[in-house]
Amino acid sequence: MRSLMAVLCVVGVIVAIWYAACVPMNIKGVLTEAERGGAIVTPEGAKDRRDIAATRLVMDNSFAIPATWAQDRPRLPAPHQVAIELWQTTVMKKITSKRSLVFHAWVTLSATLLGFAIGTGLGILLAVGVVHSRVMDMSVMPWAIVSQTIPIIALAPMIIVVLYSIGVQGIIPKAVISAYLSFFPVVVGMVKGLRSPDMMQLDLLRTYHASKAQGFWKLRLPASMPYLFTSLKIGIAASLVGAIVGELPTGAVAGLGARLLAGSYYGQTVQIWSALFAAAILAACLVGLLGVIERATLRRMGMA
Amino acid sequence: MTNETKSQAVIEAKGLDLTFQTNDGPVQALSDVDLTINKGDFVSFIGPSGCGKTTFLRVLAALERPTGGSVTVNGVSPDEARRQRAYGYVFQAAGLYPWRTIARNIKLPLEIMGFSKTEQEDRVKNVLQLVDLEGFGGKYPWQLSGGMQQRASIARALAFDADILLMDEPFGALDEIVRDHLNEQLLDLWARTEKTIAFVTHSIPEAVYLSTKIVVMSPRPGRISDVIDSPLPKERPLDIRDTPEFLEVAHRVREGLRAGHAYD
Repeated sequence: MRSLMAVLCVVGVIVAIWYAACVPMNIKGVLTEAERGGAIVTPEGAKDRRDIAATRLVMDNSFAIPATWAQDRPRLPAPHQVAIELWQTTVMKKITSKRSLVFHAWVTLSATLLGFAIGTGLGILLAVGVVHSRVMDMSVMPWAIVSQTIPIIALAPMIIVVLYSIGVQGIIPKAVISAYLSFFPVVVGMVKGLRSPDMMQLDLLRTYHASKAQGFWKLRLPASMPYLFTSLKIGIAASLVGAIVGELPTGAVAGLGARLLAGSYYGQTVQIWSALFAAAILAACLVGLLGVIERATLRRMGMA
Repeated sequence: MTNETKSQAVIEAKGLDLTFQTNDGPVQALSDVDLTINKGDFVSFIGPSGCGKTTFLRVLAALERPTGGSVTVNGVSPDEARRQRAYGYVFQAAGLYPWRTIARNIKLPLEIMGFSKTEQEDRVKNVLQLVDLEGFGGKYPWQLSGGMQQRASIARALAFDADILLMDEPFGALDEIVRDHLNEQLLDLWARTEKTIAFVTHSIPEAVYLSTKIVVMSPRPGRISDVIDSPLPKERPLDIRDTPEFLEVAHRVREGLRAGHAYD
């Protein structure tokens, strides 16, 4: 109960700051509209107001404050505007509609999940190789690290162009970018996990004359499970980012990335913010789902 | 002639040397170790840390390779003996897998060695009884006390019924009361299974109480300074530790340890 209060308190503070920030951010636009509508604004004339600090304008025209939370195209939409837009584009629209965020979220989610599956599979395979072969340890790890230093926003268009030129398009290029971002945490986590058994555990298997494969299935793999789930949670969030980034350079017509792009073309800030929140909620759900699977798995294994 | 089977040598080391190459130069862990362990012996290795007692045990288990001399286990090289699964090894920590129940932990070597499912069940039941853990097979390691975990790890080493048991300070991390109890149980287990046991310890009372033969070692380089054949009877209640015979053996062990220290 007390922790719930604390959480609500933090949320309340964030919302309050957000509302407060809307006022100076939107005041100039509101005043211009109000003046056009016949209201008396100090000072008069948009030109004169241009160089005056936003806080000064707010103090001189306090009547306009409520309007900063109700603009059509605010610079910074108020929380309730985003909430209403989210409600209308998810619950109130049919999910087959092009204007439904559920539809767009599903487009992005499908690429995310495919990319996550590829990335996780690749990551685990690479980790197994790295742990069992010194050559792979020396040759793969540096490249894996280098791969993550390249900004994905620079790499994404090239991946899409290259894949398009060999005839691959649609969900695959987005999934490839997703996989590119998500394999890395899985490699790092799994290498650490597969190496987590101590010398004594390995010696014990040696005294049984166990094969390398038996050591892997009976000791290394189960021991790596807690590490794997930690990596998967990072990986799935990175996958979602990858899928959204993959939608940006193609001018895609569907997906959360496409909504972000369309919103910025037409100055629809409310739409941008609601797409951002949809992405954040989606990521939270995916990480939460993995958390549930993690707890169930580790409990089954007797480790939680 | 009549005693031939009884005094059959199981482990024989002759002029054994082992030098570790470390960053600070070579470290001689074992120097010119000669030792014979007969079938059914309970041999304790005692000495200060760095005397090579654990290293010697690891050589027997083929976890370390000697740099000189010769050693045989069951008449073959330690590595061959390892391949034949001739020994069970008990480490200082129980090292049970947290994701396996006690029964499944004991099954681990059996799975690896390819025992049939029914055979596995039978053996688990047997060894759980041997270490007095009946009814705990379905529990996870964290649900057991440290002493019980160590007993489970002994059961795991017994499960595949090797003739030799190598134990590296198995009770070193346990408190004295639990240790006394486990020592008593171990003697009982040894009497019932007639295994050959090599047991590393740094406790004089433990070594004297358990052993038929006590090997006193001294450090830098690790070598044997005394081998004492215990005159104590095989039947040993805990209060044998107050008898003059016991104290005399303990005294001789202490003398041996002191003599070893005079070198440095």
